[in-house]
Amino acid sequence: MTTLTTSTGAQHAAILGVGAYRPVRLVPNSDVVDAIDSSDEWIQQRSGIKTRRWAGPEESVQMMSVEASRIAIERAGLEAGQIDCVVVATVSHLLQTPAVATAIAHELGTDHAAAFDISAACSGFCHGIALASDIVRAGSARHVLVVGVERLTDILDLTDRGTAFIFADGAGAAVVGPSDAPGIGPVVWGSDGEQFDLIRQREDWRDVVGSPEVPGSGVMPHLTMQGNPVFRWASFAMAKIGQEALDAAGVTLDELDVFVPHQANMRIIDAMARSMKLPSRVRIARDVADQGNSSAASVPLALDRMIAEGDARSGDTALLIAFGAGLSYAAQVVTVP
Amino acid sequence: MATTEEIRADLADIVNEVAGVDADDVQLDKSFVDDLDVDSLSMVEVVVAAEEKFGVTIPDDEVKNLKTVGDAVAFIERSQG
Repeated sequence: MTTLTTSTGAQHAAILGVGAYRPVRLVPNSDVVDAIDSSDEWIQQRSGIKTRRWAGPEESVQMMSVEASRIAIERAGLEAGQIDCVVVATVSHLLQTPAVATAIAHELGTDHAAAFDISAACSGFCHGIALASDIVRAGSARHVLVVGVERLTDILDLTDRGTAFIFADGAGAAVVGPSDAPGIGPVVWGSDGEQFDLIRQREDWRDVVGSPEVPGSGVMPHLTMQGNPVFRWASFAMAKIGQEALDAAGVTLDELDVFVPHQANMRIIDAMARSMKLPSRVRIARDVADQGNSSAASVPLALDRMIAEGDARSGDTALLIAFGAGLSYAAQVVTVP
Repeated sequence: MATTEEIRADLADIVNEVAGVDADDVQLDKSFVDDLDVDSLSMVEVVVAAEEKFGVTIPDDEVKNLKTVGDAVAFIERSQG
């Protein structure tokens, strides 16, 4: 039997740079309340959301991704030609194939980088960071660009009280590459398909189109969510996963500087922080108040903002955790670039 | 076996911690939503804390039936029984 040569990667991987793109349009609660017979006060009390970013016609999944990625690559001190793998986490690129990652890799000017999309909904970015870390350490690529991007307004039912005020659009990106010290801890991830229906696309595309026997709905298959069970799972089960990610990285709560949970809802963020007994000096991402819940984009958007505002400093130890439809989840400790 | 009053007092502490309601206001005849202003998300937090405190399971389907503090105390007593 012939012995195969295998690749050899970097001993350690780290996030080298982060970038973000937020849509120009800032939508206040007053613009969404009429369609869901609600109020600014109710929305803020239930979610902590005051405004959200909604993309305009020019702000496509690809456009937002490229803008965020250019910043991340520059901050990593790299050129696009040095990116040899592009992983895009999204559930709202409505052209199902080819992967939007290929168009992003091309527009950025990479040299034929490997490029593919992953579907893990709100937890997609943390899945992508886990893949990127492993890819770099295994030697399958040297610099991996991870993008979390959504245009959820395309699949939002503006009359649905459970989702219309929550979801938003945007893109965040991170470059993962080799480093002298470990900068990305072990991922703690998993899924619970028994709860497949809690957050989901309402119907199959074939039901939209219909058949000769059964006419289709002709309506975009919107997102639906059962809020209270999701709140319970996210606030408590996910707090345990966050603790497991800290344990896996050998980091104590006293050593943690920054907490960047998926920006689902301020109430979930607060409940998780209480449930994890985070010390008050740990700085917590609260981007959801202004940005809304932008699913796969939420963690990198929130991290980028904390870095920009000085709440996350280079060398800080940060816990990332993301969770959503599937149900699926992923968490890891990282060093802030 | 904990008495009804002991369960009420422990539950009152939980409601105080989760929703900031004065524990003395958490009496058996009080409605969580109408009297104590505990919304459905806070109710989920109360339920999870109560499950841990009292060693019982309160399914999501059951939560909507727990309209008053007395309903919750009675459910916990039955579950512990």
